[in-house]
Amino acid sequence: MKILVAAKRVVDPNLRVQVKPDASGIVTEGAGMSVNPFDEIALEEALRLRERGHAAEVVVVSIGPTQSRQQLRTCLAMGADRAILVETEVSLQPLGVSRALLRLVERERPTLVLLGKQSIDDESSQTAQMLAALWGRPQATSVSEVLIEGSCVRVTREVDAGMEVLELDLPAVISADLRLNEPRFVKLPDIVRAKRKPLDIHSLDELAIEGGNHPRHVHYSSPPARKRQIMVEDVPALLRSMRERGVIT
Amino acid sequence: MSNDSVLDKSDPSVRETLTYDLAIVGAGPSGLACAVRLKQLDPGLSVCVLEKGASVGAHILSGAVIETQPLDELFPSWRNAPPPSCIEANAEQFWWLTRTGALRLPIPPQMRNKGNRIVSLGSLCAWMAQQAEQLEVEIFPGFAAAEVLIEREEVNGVRVGSFGVDRSGRAKPSHSLGVDIRARFTVLAEGCRGHLSKRLIHRYGLDGVGDPQGYGLGFKELWQVPDGRLRPGLVQHSIGWPLDNSTYGGGFLYHCDAQRVAVGLVIGLDYSRGEFSPFDVFRQFKHHPMVRALLEGGNILSGGARALSEGGYQSLPVCEMPGALLIGDAAGMLNVPKIKGVHNALRAGMLAAEHIVGTGDVAGFDARLRGCAVGHELKKVRNIRPGFRYGLWWGLSNALWETASGGRSPWTLRNRADHAVSARAAPPAGSIPDERRDLPPHDRAALAYFAAVAHEEDQPIHLRIRNPEMCTGECREKHDNPCTRFCPTQVFEMVDEAEGTGLRINASNCIHCKACDIKDPYQIVDWVPPEGGSGPNYRNL
Ligand SMILES: Cc1cc2nc3c(=O)[nH]c(=O)nc-3n(C[C@H](O)[C@H](O)[C@H](O)COP(=O)(O)OP(=O)(O)OC[C@H]3O[C@@H](n4cnc5c(N)ncnc54)[C@H](O)[C@@H]3O)c2cc1C
Ligand code: SF4
Repeated sequence: MKILVAAKRVVDPNLRVQVKPDASGIVTEGAGMSVNPFDEIALEEALRLRERGHAAEVVVVSIGPTQSRQQLRTCLAMGADRAILVETEVSLQPLGVSRALLRLVERERPTLVLLGKQSIDDESSQTAQMLAALWGRPQATSVSEVLIEGSCVRVTREVDAGMEVLELDLPAVISADLRLNEPRFVKLPDIVRAKRKPLDIHSLDELAIEGGNHPRHVHYSSPPARKRQIMVEDVPALLRSMRERGVIT
Repeated sequence: MSNDSVLDKSDPSVRETLTYDLAIVGAGPSGLACAVRLKQLDPGLSVCVLEKGASVGAHILSGAVIETQPLDELFPSWRNAPPPSCIEANAEQFWWLTRTGALRLPIPPQMRNKGNRIVSLGSLCAWMAQQAEQLEVEIFPGFAAAEVLIEREEVNGVRVGSFGVDRSGRAKPSHSLGVDIRARFTVLAEGCRGHLSKRLIHRYGLDGVGDPQGYGLGFKELWQVPDGRLRPGLVQHSIGWPLDNSTYGGGFLYHCDAQRVAVGLVIGLDYSRGEFSPFDVFRQFKHHPMVRALLEGGNILSGGARALSEGGYQSLPVCEMPGALLIGDAAGMLNVPKIKGVHNALRAGMLAAEHIVGTGDVAGFDARLRGCAVGHELKKVRNIRPGFRYGLWWGLSNALWETASGGRSPWTLRNRADHAVSARAAPPAGSIPDERRDLPPHDRAALAYFAAVAHEEDQPIHLRIRNPEMCTGECREKHDNPCTRFCPTQVFEMVDEAEGTGLRINASNCIHCKACDIKDPYQIVDWVPPEGGSGPNYRNL
């Protein structure tokens, strides 16, 4: 069985995100970039499935700018067998991404597609769902456990009321929750070895993906600064202060 | 083989080894210049660079106004595709500050910056790393060199720190053993107070002939301010307030592009007042009317602190040892009157490469370094910084003399070790009232936030105290624990617990400035690298 993992290049989650002064986007200059943490979890799960003998090959794919090679190299160093980059300088919306993924799915014919449940930059949480719909295969989102059982996969998801266990026919699409696993550390010798692993590059045009009307980002802003907290003497002072601020009448 | 490994001794798993012609520790200007030059001279060499920051530049904090001549030498066409945020210095001012006023002074010759560039050293290093990778240098950000490998008295590589070790030193499920990197030659380019450099200087007695190294602590923040306030290219320096006349240091404001200004203060770590808190002094500086007027209403983008080597010529250790070299601020090649070290770091990196490729050895590098532009420049200004030990006015007059005479005085003023000059903390009498100090960060924990520190909590504490009884005993009595004040992010706290007062170490706030390793009066703090990739995530500092 072959597993396809999708991985996005995002601003390092440890950085404080900064909005450009003209509100047109996020500052990426001088920012460290990494693999979207949820995608890393998806990859880790794929690697563990391979290690347990369920998969023969793990292929990781990214759709993004040419610098995404860096993140794909990290994925290869973690243990993916090969990587594919669909190069594009335009930033795609989830629908465009899932269409591109579908093309790759048609070519690669994986039995399982694993993705992060969302990317930490746009937090759309749509790509896995759209891919499953376009592909016409079962899906399970925000999964915290994956068990392969013959031609089925049994997954556990956390829902409001507790745990939900689903059984899907393979091939299927699964998106990973934070709980699924803790990704491994990349080993230094593996970084060196990863340089020799195959990384194929396609352009988006080559895959003939339709554009379509995407929403446009109009304005970015930081959350408003929190007001300074004040200490009040007693309850009447608290009430007075709340009234002054129009919190109560 | 000998090493001082603390962890991993009991670990049965096999340690992998990688072999290179050259291993460089630290992706700062010196290490990267060395790597690039090596590959330019001999593309056949295998060269790797280890960097403890999560990315190249993440642990770099500098001014920085830099002299560009060494860049021309290293990348002859850099001006055609310059690194990001790099603008020409086109005007400058030198100010004497009082608490509320500012007096414009003539610009001292060392401070002239015509033709120099204002850069973010962090982004310059990221840019240099790209150039190096194109030459097939292997750069490993997120991997700290934790130990030196020594065989038959000769350095032959470094051991990379392990991952996935818990607080008590036991392996976690994610444990991954650090590899050994064997190299014919190892180049230590760790910057100021490198922890491996410190051990090697001691082990090989490299500081035997010179004076003790002297240090400063530099704070820097990058602010984005409302349109129309800045004059991109303007370089402003100040002396005076909030430092008293017996404390060496000065402030800087570098006006950059995109409505950004770098604001900083460098403070000599030979200050003697025990109650002194460098962080608070930097806050005061930011609230001087002149500085505040620039910053108010703006946003702080990134901030932090880093020690710098101020000992200069007298304190320069021997920069070679069997199998290894020291370059850049790991040795202490900063020109203090200019507060510039980048050009010398670049030069030393290039010279190291040229020496190794040319002679096939490290022996003889020290003499060449002293005989080249780096040595000459440091010698010329050697008496300026130590003159300030006698106070600001004496220091300035001495600086005038030294500059006028071109450093040809027949004498050389000596340096003292910074930790040796800590007086007892006086009660904070006459401290400056906390008038409207509302610019962020409001406290030291907030500075850790603006430094975007990331640090896995469950790992061994990387600030090793050799003798903890000292903290609760003699140091508390005689010095009132200065570590609780000099650390810029309040890593050290004395807390009252059931068993009595004890030292608490908030290791996950550490921004790797190295001040504790330097200034602790008993020299019992050893900074060692935490898990690779831990620490600040500076942006454009
Ligand atoms: C506040 C301030 C202002 C300054 N202003 C200026 C200025 O305007 N102009 C100027 O020219 N100079 C300035 N300097 C000085 C200048 O920054 C230094 O001289 C210069 O950075 C030294 O370069 P380096 O390569 O020796 O070390 P660094 O730049 O310190 O780089 C060392 C690198 O090695 C890494 N490292 C350290 N130990 C290890 C390890 N064990 N394993 C892996 N990686 C490791 C560090 O993370 C870091 O990335 C300033 C310094 C400060 C602090
Ligand atoms: S613990 Fe030491 S190195 Fe870390 S921030 Fe504090 S003084 Fe600097």
